[in-house]
Amino acid sequence: MSAGSTPEASDDARIPAGHAWGKLPVIFGSLAVVGFGISLALARGNEKQFYFSWLVAFMYFLSIALGGLYFVLLQFLSKAGWSAAVRRIAENAMVTLPFLAIFAIPILLGMHDLFHWARPDELARDAVLRSKAPFLNPTFFLVRMVIYFVVWTLLSAILIRSSFAQDESGDHAITRRLQMVAPPGMALFALTLTFAAIDWLMSLDAHWYSTIFGLYYFAGSVVAIYAFMIVIATGLRNAGIAEGAWRLDHFHDLGKLLFGFVVFWTYMGFAQFFLIWYANIPEETIWFRARLTGSWQNVTILLALCHFVIPFFVMMGRTIKRKPALLRIAALWMLAIHYVDLHWLVMPNLHAAGDAPALLDLTTFLAVGGAFLAIFGYFLKGHAVVPIRDPRLPESLSYENG
Amino acid sequence: MGLLMPSLPEGEHFGALAELPTAQALYEACEKVRDAGFTKWDAHTPFPIHGLDRAMGLKRSRLPFLVLFLGLSGAAGALLMQWWMSAVDYPITYSGKPYFSWPAFVPIVFELGVLCAAFGAVFGMFGFNQLPMLFHPLFHSQRFERASDDKFFISIEAWDPQFDPHRTVEFLRELGADAVELVPRRA
Repeated sequence: MSAGSTPEASDDARIPAGHAWGKLPVIFGSLAVVGFGISLALARGNEKQFYFSWLVAFMYFLSIALGGLYFVLLQFLSKAGWSAAVRRIAENAMVTLPFLAIFAIPILLGMHDLFHWARPDELARDAVLRSKAPFLNPTFFLVRMVIYFVVWTLLSAILIRSSFAQDESGDHAITRRLQMVAPPGMALFALTLTFAAIDWLMSLDAHWYSTIFGLYYFAGSVVAIYAFMIVIATGLRNAGIAEGAWRLDHFHDLGKLLFGFVVFWTYMGFAQFFLIWYANIPEETIWFRARLTGSWQNVTILLALCHFVIPFFVMMGRTIKRKPALLRIAALWMLAIHYVDLHWLVMPNLHAAGDAPALLDLTTFLAVGGAFLAIFGYFLKGHAVVPIRDPRLPESLSYENG
Repeated sequence: MGLLMPSLPEGEHFGALAELPTAQALYEACEKVRDAGFTKWDAHTPFPIHGLDRAMGLKRSRLPFLVLFLGLSGAAGALLMQWWMSAVDYPITYSGKPYFSWPAFVPIVFELGVLCAAFGAVFGMFGFNQLPMLFHPLFHSQRFERASDDKFFISIEAWDPQFDPHRTVEFLRELGADAVELVPRRA
């Protein structure tokens, strides 16, 4: 017995022609070009910094895209009703995955600069690297990269083309089909994400390993996608686009999920640290030692404080999750600290003595991020921002969670 | 207030009990009771009705604050306990690690915090609802048996400042109740 009425989804579910939000592709596309140009210029004589900075930026926006894939798969896996109104945002994030394959090319080009297992002289004098060479070699690395992007492209293409098709037809069979795709899709997602994180982040220091590493990157990705969805949804709501679609209850849920996965990220991060600390085996502790050296110690403390302690207490209460303006600030904060997390994962391999932020960090971020947001914006304006004929949309539009 | 018995008004009446046929009727009746200014009253339904707490004008529960307080206390207590045990009372050197090794303390701090928070939620909820409750005067009413079946009830208790045996019964009758009765405090 609900006291609220069910709003109708109508033509205002698309970004109006000439609206600022429709200019996203052009604005961010230009930023991407500028960022890329300056990055290339700065890369002269400083290739290592370029490749490392590019890797951080790439893994950052990849995490949002993969988070989108995860969210969409999850909603069909669980036959969720509340999320239909906000799902299109995640779908548009995930549609960038095939395009991100192009942005993975610098990782291939920079393999020798990034990964010590790809350097023959190091291989020659390092028995541990040689023992891992059947897996960590350039050819297999490339093959795996292709596999990841093929899987991600197939999954995201099936999911989004079906969703766009349902905008036209409203066919329930589409929903049923996606519910069948979701279970194997989720399994493939888990495997590919885990191995991609191992390949592109963990193998930067191939002497070290952590069996929870894939989950750590996954946790960060989910934090990133929920934060991203909150920022976009509040932005669209403020711009008056698809006004009836955004209920406070949706923001409440996205906020709860963001909070929950901040805790999950903390759990993964602490679990990774704790076991290594407890066993105190040098082969394992070296990785954390590196992140407690020089100014890296400050970054580690900053991460613990700003990725866990502050967000935990700030996002715990009910009020912040039902005030979109406040929730948006929390989401932007999480997106910022997520970058610090990835920077902290990657950069000690380049700058061992202490953190050394470089201009290339910023310009590569603009290059990859501009492209990501341009593609996102292109698909966002090309279709309804809400899956208008999803059979679960009415349930989502009248959703109340107290 | 007795243990296992609810807090009750003085006098011969417990209150007035109205029986309504549908959830919709109950919802609308609750809004009218709320708007009339009654404060000591309740609604009784066989299943939860969405939004009824708003229709009744109920204030937000204080349970979350209790849960937070107990959760933080549990966590702090766990830290205190482990500091005392490992650094003060019975220090043992494990693998050359310091006596106060905070990473090792974290799992227990986390778990005890969660445990105390959960206790706060469960026992706090019971406590705020005065549960367990062996008996309630509304069981004196025969019709009230259908509150766990297919009927919906509003009870306005005698210690409400606006309660009057005759006028309150009339008021409830006007809300579209199928039946209204005065429920005695004792059998």
